[in-house]
Amino acid sequence: MTLDDAVAVVLFFGVTAYALFGGADFGAGFWDLIAGGAKRGAEPRAVIDHSIGPVWEANHVWLIFCLVVLWTAFSTAFASITLTLFVPLTLAAVGIVFRGASFAFRKVVFRTRDRRNFGAAFASSSVLVPYCMGAVAGAIASGRVPAGGKAGDPWSSWVNPTSIVGGVLAVTVCAYLSAVYLTADSKRLGDPAMEGYFRVRAIAAGLVAGVVAAVGIVVFHHDSTYLFHGLLSRALPLVVLSAICGIGSLVLLVRGAGGVVRILAAGVVASVVLGWGVAQWPYLLPTSLKVSQGAAPSGTLWAVLVVFALAAVIILPALGLLYVLDQKSLLPGEGTNEPEPVAGH
Amino acid sequence: MLAVNPLPWARSQMAFTLAFHIVLVPLGVAWAAMALIANYKAVKHDDPDALLLAQRWSKYMAVTFAVGAVTGTVLSFEFGLLWPRFMGKFGAPFGIPFALEGLFFFTEAIFVAIYIYGWRRLKPWPHFWTGVPIVVAGIGGSVSVVAANAWMNEPSGFTLNSAGKVVKVDPIGVIFNKAMPLQAAHMVVAAYLVGGFLVASVYAFGMLRGRRDRYHRLGFIIPFTVAAIVTPIQMGVGDALAGWVYRNEPQKFAAIELVPKTGDDIPETLFGHLDSNNQVVGGIKIPGLASILSDPADGTSTVVQGRNAFPADDQPTRSEANVVHLAWDVMVGLASLLFLLSVWYGLSWLFRRDYPRTKWFLRIASISGILAVVTMEAGWVVTEVGRQPWVVRNYMRVGDATTGNTGVWITFLLVLALYTGLGVTTILVLRGMSRRYREAGGEADDIDVPYGPNDGAGPAGPASEPAGVGAR
Repeated sequence: MTLDDAVAVVLFFGVTAYALFGGADFGAGFWDLIAGGAKRGAEPRAVIDHSIGPVWEANHVWLIFCLVVLWTAFSTAFASITLTLFVPLTLAAVGIVFRGASFAFRKVVFRTRDRRNFGAAFASSSVLVPYCMGAVAGAIASGRVPAGGKAGDPWSSWVNPTSIVGGVLAVTVCAYLSAVYLTADSKRLGDPAMEGYFRVRAIAAGLVAGVVAAVGIVVFHHDSTYLFHGLLSRALPLVVLSAICGIGSLVLLVRGAGGVVRILAAGVVASVVLGWGVAQWPYLLPTSLKVSQGAAPSGTLWAVLVVFALAAVIILPALGLLYVLDQKSLLPGEGTNEPEPVAGH
Repeated sequence: MLAVNPLPWARSQMAFTLAFHIVLVPLGVAWAAMALIANYKAVKHDDPDALLLAQRWSKYMAVTFAVGAVTGTVLSFEFGLLWPRFMGKFGAPFGIPFALEGLFFFTEAIFVAIYIYGWRRLKPWPHFWTGVPIVVAGIGGSVSVVAANAWMNEPSGFTLNSAGKVVKVDPIGVIFNKAMPLQAAHMVVAAYLVGGFLVASVYAFGMLRGRRDRYHRLGFIIPFTVAAIVTPIQMGVGDALAGWVYRNEPQKFAAIELVPKTGDDIPETLFGHLDSNNQVVGGIKIPGLASILSDPADGTSTVVQGRNAFPADDQPTRSEANVVHLAWDVMVGLASLLFLLSVWYGLSWLFRRDYPRTKWFLRIASISGILAVVTMEAGWVVTEVGRQPWVVRNYMRVGDATTGNTGVWITFLLVLALYTGLGVTTILVLRGMSRRYREAGGEADDIDVPYGPNDGAGPAGPASEPAGVGAR
């Protein structure tokens, strides 16, 4: 593996991590959005708050990681992407502000009206952002972003069949992943009602995501030839793996099994994201810019790899600590003067 | 869609979003340290007031950190959305400090979460220690970001080929560019200065309103002491940085000191501006002082290069120079005021073991936060506007860095509206929290279970009726 390849792998590691962790937080926003009125939606929203509260900011940093690796190691591709996809990226950035700020605000205001407004902003932007990210991925994968720091079409680059599939797939996959995590969290909180609530939604979202993915393959056949052929050749094992994990997770969800479902659901998402990467290999921007053509000088690439190694030594254990403490319910809430949101009232 | 030249709008958008984000930076960097001071006091001396303070601060921090995280993310997007040609060409060197910053930001986000969510269930000392990485990462993160900014002032660590493409990068040379050490020190100290005054000013205001219990006094004394300690340090660092700019960025320095013509015995002009004939008009001139400050060893015979020494295209325009000079005066003027305030506080402690009890001290202290923010913003204007017309000094002009998207005026207006709403909402939410805590009264209520599992013995009353499912 060359240095360029190694950094491209690091980049995709980041994209996968963002999908697995950040994606689940966005999915939680989707469930928040459709949880219904203030009374009816109170219980699921409490579980969602409780579940993503301590971890969403750390999960969000994977996005920064991806952006930084992209612009540092593959600068001209970054320039092409941001020039072409100005609109969806702007929408995503605005959505990120709405999502993060309103989520933080909602937790510290107590009037129902305020909660509802912040909640609506949080939840709707949680759908907007993954849609935009998926549309951006679709634009890149379908070869609509030209190489050389040039701008492609500002509209058709992201309003096209592949981008639409990408956007919808991102939203549904996030919803599915999140519902699986929330099922497990409800169980951990000892709330069988909510466990059932999210289990049903996990199954539904999983089925929808599966249909979208299947439709996607057909769409790619017509709209993104290079991606399509990649998915059915180089990336075929990953496609099969994601299908197996997906079906397996649904079977286990129906049977009411617990923890292992999360691993399978994560397997679905990871293999979809990695499948995209492998399918468009060796291109950074299919089919105009190869990874090897777009990479920065070796000094920069080494710096990125060293930083990644440091991250593996420092950040991954710290993230592990955060997740372990969270899963052991040792991070129940901010400060001390708010009673724990005890689910199941 | 109306096609408008994106350059002025891109500049405005970048300036506005950075100016917004930079207010949250001191809170992100310094507040955790101040909360830890209170936390340490609480655990070490079993001090319930300090404990309550640390816990409430950590709740406010949760809000400001979230807003800082998302507005920081916007800046990452904007590098590409507004300056794609800059990033496309110089991403390889410029990105390296940001890769490091990513490490620090990650660390900060993780431990902020553990710290602010860990009060109830983690044991006191381990919990305290989970706050320490936030402080370290805050400093490391700001040093990294400022290293990138310093690189724009003093680009180094890369080689261009004949086509102007970056072909070789030396990461160490990029990070430790010549402008980095002093600029980074200036910003880190500024973060503590602004963070200290900002938090202290809230409690000073409360004390003026008669809330002089021990809780409020602690809330004032801890941050104000931090600010008062770092303010003199900042005067020294700032002076060293000014000397450095004099020697290394003479174009910027000529704008700072408003020097039209090279010469010795240059006066320090307070306020005033350059007119269309490039003459300094108005203001108060202090003879020889600019020369003396530039190099005290040579005194008034120190030669300062004027704006006539450089091609007009390679230095700030006349109006930009006027902005730089005004911002400089504001920064130095307000910093001097804050310095005097710190001295007053210091002498009072020295002789009376107490903060100054006069109303006037509290009055000034209660606006010190705003003054400190203005000081920092002005300093940032000096370095950014003073670098014009370059984005990478002597390598790339701002005009060559901009996006070709002609709709930036729309995103600027959008961002303007969004951030105005965000800023107002943040302040309202923080105020609402503070009012609620106050109305909950009897502060001790909140802490009857300082550590350990919550047994439902939370405070009574409607104001603290909260996050529980049933309550929604």
